[in-house]
Amino acid sequence: MGRTLAEKVWDDHLVRSAPGEPDLLYIDLHLLHEVTSPQAFDGLRLAGRKVRRPELTLATEDHNTPTDNLLQIVDPISRKQIETLRRNCEEFGIRLHPLGDAEQGIVHVIGPQLGLTQPGMTIVCGDSHTSTHGAFGALAFGIGTSEVEHVLATQTLPQAKLKTMSVTATGQLREGVTAKDLILALISQVGTGGGRGHVVEYRGEAFSSLSMEGRMTVANMSIEWGAKAGMFAPDDTTFAYLEGRPHAPRGAAWERALDYWRSLATDPDATFDTEVVLDASAVSPFVTWGTNPGQGVPLDGAVPDPASFTDPVERAAAERALQYMDLEPGTPMRDIAVDVVFLGSCTNGRIEDLRAAAEVLRGRKVAPGVKMMVVPGSAKVRAQAEAEGLHEVFIKAGAEWRFAGCSMCLGMNPDKLTPGARSASTSNRNFEGRQGPGGRTHLVSPPVAAATAIVGRLAAPSDL
Amino acid sequence: MEKFTVHTGRGAPLRRSNVDTDQIIPAEYLKRVTRTGFADGLFAAWRSDPSFVLNLPQYANVSVLVAGPDFGTGSSREHAVWALQDYGFRAVISPRFGDIFRGNALKGGLLPVELPQDAVDWLWDQLEANPDMPITVDLHAREVRAGEKTWPFPLDDFSRWRLLEGLDDIGLTLRHEADITAYEERRADWLPRTIPAL
Repeated sequence: MGRTLAEKVWDDHLVRSAPGEPDLLYIDLHLLHEVTSPQAFDGLRLAGRKVRRPELTLATEDHNTPTDNLLQIVDPISRKQIETLRRNCEEFGIRLHPLGDAEQGIVHVIGPQLGLTQPGMTIVCGDSHTSTHGAFGALAFGIGTSEVEHVLATQTLPQAKLKTMSVTATGQLREGVTAKDLILALISQVGTGGGRGHVVEYRGEAFSSLSMEGRMTVANMSIEWGAKAGMFAPDDTTFAYLEGRPHAPRGAAWERALDYWRSLATDPDATFDTEVVLDASAVSPFVTWGTNPGQGVPLDGAVPDPASFTDPVERAAAERALQYMDLEPGTPMRDIAVDVVFLGSCTNGRIEDLRAAAEVLRGRKVAPGVKMMVVPGSAKVRAQAEAEGLHEVFIKAGAEWRFAGCSMCLGMNPDKLTPGARSASTSNRNFEGRQGPGGRTHLVSPPVAAATAIVGRLAAPSDL
Repeated sequence: MEKFTVHTGRGAPLRRSNVDTDQIIPAEYLKRVTRTGFADGLFAAWRSDPSFVLNLPQYANVSVLVAGPDFGTGSSREHAVWALQDYGFRAVISPRFGDIFRGNALKGGLLPVELPQDAVDWLWDQLEANPDMPITVDLHAREVRAGEKTWPFPLDDFSRWRLLEGLDDIGLTLRHEADITAYEERRADWLPRTIPAL
């Protein structure tokens, strides 16, 4: 019987398989950042262990870093965490792209950009959005700190076999509908636990016609519906993106790699444990109203009435979410005014996202009273945007043009919502307090973020 | 890792679904570089509300948390497990867990116990009526006992054995170092390196 993409990558990384035990998988690339690694390095030191393969490991600084300057981390606890990473990388011989480095950026933006993320690889990081790398046909997932220590020490991970799932998007995306809308619509359909225990493969024309940036947006949010990982079959779009990148194979090695990568696609006779179908042609710009990524509606819609949920657990969650979000049932989404617009994150902080937002903002102004922050996903994305003049579009419109980092996605660095403030954010989580204690988040696509900044209320470019 | 065999303790009813790890411990507390001392950050935002379950005197000294579905979704932060343990929890009962949280809990010896929603509903009602009701989580038998009720819960044999013995994963894997070395010798030569090979 044929095998799926995920099964092929799994099989090719088997170090050991024994009945009654989890499989032992080899890890091709281990990405590190300052937040989830210090206790892992401490564990190595305590046990007198070394990093087994420093050359398969890369570190960057992103969660704690400021985006208004490259020199000073004001908060002493954040500074200490960054300094700890620098010391650990030096001690254990790990390459680090620190604040101010030309390759610094959000861990899931720099891997692909450097060509380190390739089809068929296993990639892990102490960060749930590691699923992003699945856009290349890699098996990539987030791990906890104990597992970070395990990978540092052994370059392997014990993993119980996972179930496979296909999500097939039928039809084509309509004009003005983005990868972000597609994934938000999917999560609202399947719920935050819908992917539990599965490696997902995104299939069908609406997914395969996405650019690499769009695929990364979708794969990134696999974790938001509970999937272990989300993958796209590698194809010519993938290869074109990779060719010539610093760590991509060259010459004869490129040809050998291509042959292998082309063999990874799911076999025609392979079957999935679970199959989901999504009508992509029915998706329109999508936004969230609640406090988990599954609580979303089309921008054309309204805040739902909790009484409309038949499941008592979902009804209670909706009641609580509306109270936290300070929203009334029935309010049209377009009537919701925002204080802050955040464009960035590992979900939507790549060059294509910045281009899409700049196109909407060109020649227009951010509404009075609205603060818009544009935070490139990496120093390279920032440099590219400046080479294209996008920064001038943002600055002329009245937005803030920042340095690279996780920024307002997670409320850990100086970029935070103030209590009660409401944002339209291109990030991935609308959890209570995610962007700062008491902050209220609506997840949106880059074009909706830009249009919302101009109008001051949730809006699409077609409203302008 | 601390062993887990049988634990009997008092329970806290947390009537919420989708308790993501940002709620369990907000990012602000993740700046620390230590592995302990996270109890103060546990449910930090919710604990500012005096009526929050863990602020009620009848739920002092609880060690079993009973929550709604999709507990521990979101961020991979293992600090969520450390915070629950530092506060005194030994087990969390929920109809469904986020995969990464569940894995982290199993690594650290905090038992994630999956029970159906009707069992959780029963425990919530009972714990609200009788906060002193003891709950027993028995890993040998893979069952939860409370009042007159007994429910089995699923856990694979390997994870159960590791927890019962308190075994360290890295030590277990390093028993197979020869397999790792053999695998490394057959890896493709085009695979990327972040620095030249040592």
